[in-house]
Amino acid sequence: MRNKYLKGAARLAGLASVLPLAGCDWDILDPKGPVGDQLKTLIVESTVAMLIVVVPTIIMACYFAWKYRESNTDAEYLPKWCHSNKIEAAIWGIPTLIIIYLAVITYQTCHSLDPYRPLDAEATTKPLEVEVVALDWKWLFIYPNEGIATVNQLAIPVNTPVHFVITSDAVMNSFFIPRLGSMIYAMAGMQTQLHLMATEAGDYLGESANYSGRGFSDMEFRTLAMPQDQYAAWVEKVRSSSDQLDDQTYPRLAAPSEAEPVKYYSHVEPNLFDQIVAKYNNGMVMDKSTGKMIHVQSAMSDMNMKE
Amino acid sequence: MLGRLSFADIPLDVPILVGTFLGVAIAGIAVLGLITYFGKWGYLWKEWLTSVDHKRLAVMYVVVALLALVRGFADAIMMRTQLALAYAGNPGYLPPHHYDQIFSAHGTIMIFFMAMAFMTALFNFVVPLQIGARDVAFPFLNNLSFWMTAVAFALINVSLFIGEFSQCGWLAYPPLSENQFSPGVGVDYYIWAVQISGVGTLLTGVNFFVTIVKMRAPGMTWMKIPVFTWTAFCASVLIMIAFPVLTVAIALLGLDRYFGMHFFTNDGGGNQMLYLSLIWTWGHPEVYILVIPAFGVFSEVVPAFSQKPIFGYATMVYATCAIMVLSFVVWVHHFFTMGAGADVNAFFGIATMIISIPTGVKLFNWLFTMYKGRVEFHATMYWAVGFMITFTIGGMTGVMMAIPAADFVLHNSLFLIAHFHNVIIGGVYFGYICGMNFWFPKVFGFKLNETWGKRAFWCWFVGFYFAFVPLYVLGFEGMTRRLNHYSNPAWHPWLLIAEIGAVMILFGIVCQVTQLYVSIRDMNLAENRDVTGDPWNGRSLEWSTSSPPPPYNFAIVPHVHEFDAFMHDKENGIDTRQAGGPYQPIHMPKNTAAGFLVGAFSFVLGFAAIWYIWWLAAIGLVGVFATVIARSANQDVDYYIPAEEVARIENEHSRKLMAQAAE
Repeated sequence: MRNKYLKGAARLAGLASVLPLAGCDWDILDPKGPVGDQLKTLIVESTVAMLIVVVPTIIMACYFAWKYRESNTDAEYLPKWCHSNKIEAAIWGIPTLIIIYLAVITYQTCHSLDPYRPLDAEATTKPLEVEVVALDWKWLFIYPNEGIATVNQLAIPVNTPVHFVITSDAVMNSFFIPRLGSMIYAMAGMQTQLHLMATEAGDYLGESANYSGRGFSDMEFRTLAMPQDQYAAWVEKVRSSSDQLDDQTYPRLAAPSEAEPVKYYSHVEPNLFDQIVAKYNNGMVMDKSTGKMIHVQSAMSDMNMKE
Repeated sequence: MLGRLSFADIPLDVPILVGTFLGVAIAGIAVLGLITYFGKWGYLWKEWLTSVDHKRLAVMYVVVALLALVRGFADAIMMRTQLALAYAGNPGYLPPHHYDQIFSAHGTIMIFFMAMAFMTALFNFVVPLQIGARDVAFPFLNNLSFWMTAVAFALINVSLFIGEFSQCGWLAYPPLSENQFSPGVGVDYYIWAVQISGVGTLLTGVNFFVTIVKMRAPGMTWMKIPVFTWTAFCASVLIMIAFPVLTVAIALLGLDRYFGMHFFTNDGGGNQMLYLSLIWTWGHPEVYILVIPAFGVFSEVVPAFSQKPIFGYATMVYATCAIMVLSFVVWVHHFFTMGAGADVNAFFGIATMIISIPTGVKLFNWLFTMYKGRVEFHATMYWAVGFMITFTIGGMTGVMMAIPAADFVLHNSLFLIAHFHNVIIGGVYFGYICGMNFWFPKVFGFKLNETWGKRAFWCWFVGFYFAFVPLYVLGFEGMTRRLNHYSNPAWHPWLLIAEIGAVMILFGIVCQVTQLYVSIRDMNLAENRDVTGDPWNGRSLEWSTSSPPPPYNFAIVPHVHEFDAFMHDKENGIDTRQAGGPYQPIHMPKNTAAGFLVGAFSFVLGFAAIWYIWWLAAIGLVGVFATVIARSANQDVDYYIPAEEVARIENEHSRKLMAQAAE
């Protein structure tokens, strides 16, 4: 029985050692942008700091149980011993020091990796603006400056920061591209923001990280990070689509549907995103620069709030 | 007449459910038939179903918990099998409509009816005995609490065969759970099951709080209370503060659904995030409600089997209380990704990681309890050491997710699923099973089989790592929770390993059932019988009674001199029982059918309200109130056990003790 016990511990150690080795191509630990890079560093640093306590604890659990087993009469037995100020100081002190260290990096990264904070690259490069709407069960991406929109496909130029503004026209979802970094919720009547950037061209999975009902599993999109010239060509391709997104076509798109194929819209109603947010707020929407509520002129006056 | 209930709501088109129904029906008929055949209905009714004895209620709670475990695990292995199959275009065998009900039911059942019922069972059995009390403060409410829990569990299972269950996850986040998106009866089943069981849990919290404050044996000052009772006390405080919040949150959701209100709807001024805030104001303390008593179990088991007092008793108490307080200031860490400001997230993140300090201290206290002890490798110690290893890892991954920035990529991923199963299985479940093995001889007078207990442990322990380490990996690979099917080939091998782990855990449950069977079969073997009432050389007062204890627990209420009261008495030659008397008549509560009736009417009310059968709901509601009023007006609620009867029972036990000592 005791041999088995050691074997169990050995198996555990084996599993633990596989983790960091095989991790080199896992999405979160193989990021393709600066936000993901910083998150990876944060995860690795905090894990190492905690292992300072975790590894000795696990070793002590196995070693003490083994060493002070009943049959080992050579081991010291102190049947009354149950207090030591030195040990108490150590077991409160060492974890406290580690938590102080983690608290400092937590505070720093809460600010440096705040999803609302513009990326450092935005000081020199004007960010691409993308408005994201979570629908039942697909993602709508509106490029307000280009006047185009897509469904379930997000193209972005590499090395260009992207400023996402996110809402939902159905239930709550979470907008997440694992290779690029942070996620944030998409909620009806509310706008959240996220700044991400891809530094490597590629085709990355995008998904909803918050369960949203029947069609949730197929609520995936591809994130195409591409060089600037290819991106420009992609925009032209979208512009050549015959579909347009307006007060006639939007309600049809917004109706629940599953495993929706990619769609391109060459034209999109100018303040569609604000209208979607405003219809849950009596026609009001928060102006992101001033924080004030303003009234949205809605062409979709027939869009019933209750659908 | 039948509201929205029609024959079409019976899911005859789902073969899995039809098969389950037949299985349950045959097993149910067999059990009822056996009870009838042996003529045990009267015994069952008089001695168990209407019992207000905390020891009997504990056993009934364990029965509910084990049934819930079987149901919840069946859900779990079905989900694992679906994900092992549903890859690259294969839809698997569970369509989203069924699969979404399964994961919602799994979480709801495991938390509310497995873990909470098991915890309440341990409270019920252990707390009054540990503090030298003859019962809890409110024995009738205790029975009522049990029935509210039991009928709520029945109601949730009815949803298998009549209608459907919620497809909104175990916390039913709006707006998905609102009528607009979930018009069916599923969420209503969820609402009524959680509300009915919530009443039971709240009463349990009040009951044990008062019991521990008011009914401790003379001499048992606060810093002489056994650690398990301390943890029960802290959990009761948490229940009293947290559960009303749950009740309100679910009630507001119910108002939205039943009366078209707008607390959490998208439109009409509703705000879904208010629900998240409320539900997690309950939900985070809830996980501590579950795990703190598990800490209490280890704090009893590790000293007993290390043959040494617990290391740092005072620290242990302060650490428990610190966790109790801190658990109320961390709830926002469940939705860092809402877009709250950096300072808000930093506050809740740091508050969360501070909890790891007292929790870590507790772990070290158990380690140093083994240090320089004489550790007996009893099955309970396997669960305890397995817990220490597993929970440490779970704690670490918890702190990782407490860092808001890291949570931005780990939130809602399978990493999260792995983390909370790591602490709930590795902490709560290991703890409760450890406690079951530890106190079983006290409950029934015979020990659980060691060999099968250890086999169960190894299956669970190894199975846990196989089932959940792949989920940590999948979280790093960006796989989110609650997916029904997927197309990423990198995920598939890990999900196959997780399926193997789930099968190992199945073997663990089979071993536990076998352990119960073998133990009952061999209960009369001399080495299995617990004649003395003190099979482990125990330290606290429960071991001073006979096994099973007499209905009144203590013929003469013991006087407590020190922490580890019974050990102190044994070492100093003090007879805790004060055998020989003189005995007084003992005042006892009478059994009552009122709890059962309130439960039954609550079931009727819940079922009728789910299906909009308003006349039946009225009957249920009137029934609940009428029973409560009738019970309140009833003066005939107690009786006395005569002193001669007490003397007879006590002398009988003394004779057994002397015979044992003579051997």
